[in-house]
Amino acid sequence: MELTQEQIVRYSRHIMLKEVGGEGQKKILQSKVLIIGAGGLGAPVALYLAAAGVGTLGIVDADVVDLTNLQRQVIHATPDVGKPKVQSAQETINQINPDVKVITYQTLFKAENALAILGDYDFVVDGTDNFPAKFLINDACVMANKPFSHGGILRFDGQTMTVLPGKSACYRCVFNEMPPAGVVPTCSQAGVLGAVAGILGTIQAAETLKYILGYDDAGNRHACSLLTDRLLIMNAKSMQFREVRFKKNPDCPVCGAHPSINRLADYEQKACELKREA
Amino acid sequence: MKLIINGKEEDIQPDNVSVTELLKIKSVEQPDMVSVELNGEFLKRPDFGTTQLKSGDRIEFLYFMGGGSR
Ligand SMILES: [Zn+2]
Repeated sequence: MELTQEQIVRYSRHIMLKEVGGEGQKKILQSKVLIIGAGGLGAPVALYLAAAGVGTLGIVDADVVDLTNLQRQVIHATPDVGKPKVQSAQETINQINPDVKVITYQTLFKAENALAILGDYDFVVDGTDNFPAKFLINDACVMANKPFSHGGILRFDGQTMTVLPGKSACYRCVFNEMPPAGVVPTCSQAGVLGAVAGILGTIQAAETLKYILGYDDAGNRHACSLLTDRLLIMNAKSMQFREVRFKKNPDCPVCGAHPSINRLADYEQKACELKREA
Repeated sequence: MKLIINGKEEDIQPDNVSVTELLKIKSVEQPDMVSVELNGEFLKRPDFGTTQLKSGDRIEFLYFMGGGSR
């Protein structure tokens, strides 16, 4: 493909980066990224990837826009209340950048449809709000060998890591199995500062673009290191970031030496059934 | 004893506590809430009670964080 005159102008601030250039921008335009969850994390991810010119954006979300979403889910606006989130997101993306083809999946991401949806996407972004989905995304991506970005937020906190299956530690290497129902609250029960979703989501978007631009086996290219084998943890109250480093866990139930998880399953846990936190 | 907990050095009394005891001291109400990394290796949850900490150990509590969408 060749960049059109309009694309050269639109993406000029990318193209002038030596780590991107015209070739890198073409890679971005030819890339396919799947965003699971068009909410607090998925919204900033989708906005930045759309603006960056990611050629195909798949968006998975079963929900409709609710008034309580608008405090942080910046891809949706007041007139969108009641609309399917995937449709609202698609309309916003189309307005931002006509180069982007949006594929919508108005469904829950489940064991039965996971591998079909992952299809031929190059990179996956976990923007979901519950543990069954997060563990399913991890397992499906490990099995399908899809690189992905994990993200989680709560109150003033957030954490994210990038997983290159087979090469770097996966989510289960760190968090072996789901916490029992009710032990860990989610945003809908405990609240979240909207801007924290933006901080985490834009980190996930940056990781996606860095992956598309290319990396070597050590995760390095153009002096960009992916957030692999480390969990970035941020707290917005103290505005401190720290990272915890680790390696692939040989005992990991899905990517370890003797995996006990060999097929996908829908885990039972209603994320929203926690008694009110003190 | 001196432990490095979540990147910060802390003086923990008494000496030689187990991971389970440390979680209590640090008011982590339920061990199910965290994943624990000790000196770069993840501990299995059933080993929390039998793993004794010693001075200089580097321990990280990683919390589950499930939010993102709704
Ligand atoms: Zn793993």
